[in-house]
Amino acid sequence: MKESKSSLGFDFIKGFIQENPTFALAIGMCPTLAVTTSVVNGFWMGIAVLFVLTFANVFVSLLRNFIPDEIRIPIFVILIATPVVIVELVMKAYLPAIYEVLGIFVPLIVVNCIIIARAEAFAYRNPVMNSLMDGLGIGAAFTVNLMIVGGIREFLGTGQIVFGSAAFPSVPFFEPAAVMLTPPGGFITLGILMALFNVTIGAKGKTND
Amino acid sequence: MSIIAIIIGGVLVNNFIFMQYLGICPFIGVSQNLETAMGMSGAVVFVMTIASAVTAAFEQFVLARFGLEYLRTIAYILVIAAFVQLVEIFMKKTLPGLYKALGIYLPLITTNCAVLGVTMLNVRQGYGILMSTINGFAGALGWSLAIIIFAGIRERWQLMDIPPALEGFPLALISTGLMSLAFLGFVGLFKGLF
Repeated sequence: MKESKSSLGFDFIKGFIQENPTFALAIGMCPTLAVTTSVVNGFWMGIAVLFVLTFANVFVSLLRNFIPDEIRIPIFVILIATPVVIVELVMKAYLPAIYEVLGIFVPLIVVNCIIIARAEAFAYRNPVMNSLMDGLGIGAAFTVNLMIVGGIREFLGTGQIVFGSAAFPSVPFFEPAAVMLTPPGGFITLGILMALFNVTIGAKGKTND
Repeated sequence: MSIIAIIIGGVLVNNFIFMQYLGICPFIGVSQNLETAMGMSGAVVFVMTIASAVTAAFEQFVLARFGLEYLRTIAYILVIAAFVQLVEIFMKKTLPGLYKALGIYLPLITTNCAVLGVTMLNVRQGYGILMSTINGFAGALGWSLAIIIFAGIRERWQLMDIPPALEGFPLALISTGLMSLAFLGFVGLFKGLF
């Protein structure tokens, strides 16, 4: 088992650029498209994933010397499903409206490829603190991505952005296009954002490597 | 009547890819050519139909009976993972031809969110074992339809001059968006028919 010696700060920050889950690695697409009809939905989905990812990363890393190689995937699945059930129950109790909107995409965090990919590629080979920072970093980057996609779709689709009690008022002469809130709007927005990432930040990240 | 509605709904109106965003990763990941898309489709139809039946039975006979519904997520993923493993072992021994065709796609299916997704939708809709099975089958057919059309489109890309920034995922997502726009046309179908 190889133990990498990257710094904790790097493990946190890399999720935003080189290993950005949505734009660079293109994983975890289903929730990125499905729940991003508004900034608030994107935010809560991101927080749910952040929690599950950090929890799973820490426990996979703690147990990495005890998990037999042959059955590691089923064990990862159980270590991931446990925090997902916690998130489900907590959300149902304290945020019933959000839980209703996110629908089946809360239990589906179990099969979100971001989490199993981090468990397999990072947490299984790295110390606990690095895995913790990796989980927090990738989770935070995912949350930011969902909020960006959600913000663009919400603004173009409804003409305003509502977050908590703060709302950016609608712009005069701007006619919102409801299609942005439907599935086609989601696919096209994400496609264009990914292309923009490729030519700007992604291209820079590659030359620095 | 409701069976026909479920099948048409699953294939066209509530298409898993275009309307419900389920199973996007394998949809984009294995649609480079028609042959692999068809192999994956076969595996998905097979697993989704039977996984729907198995989890619906599990819900009825175990979870609902003992009041364990809050463990649904963890129970379903274990049932599906175990089932896929079982199918793989069984197929390898008894149906080597089919295993050769679908074998490499089977391990990928556990992480296909369409499979867990359809079982969750079945429960939320309150379908029984038979209806769940039909819904799983219809959903899988819709998924297969989407990936086969898409693989056909992607094969044509090889002859085209694509801007480097759009290569791969971005163009795949934009094309999916345009196809999804076409599928939006089916939304009114139910109001006209039933």
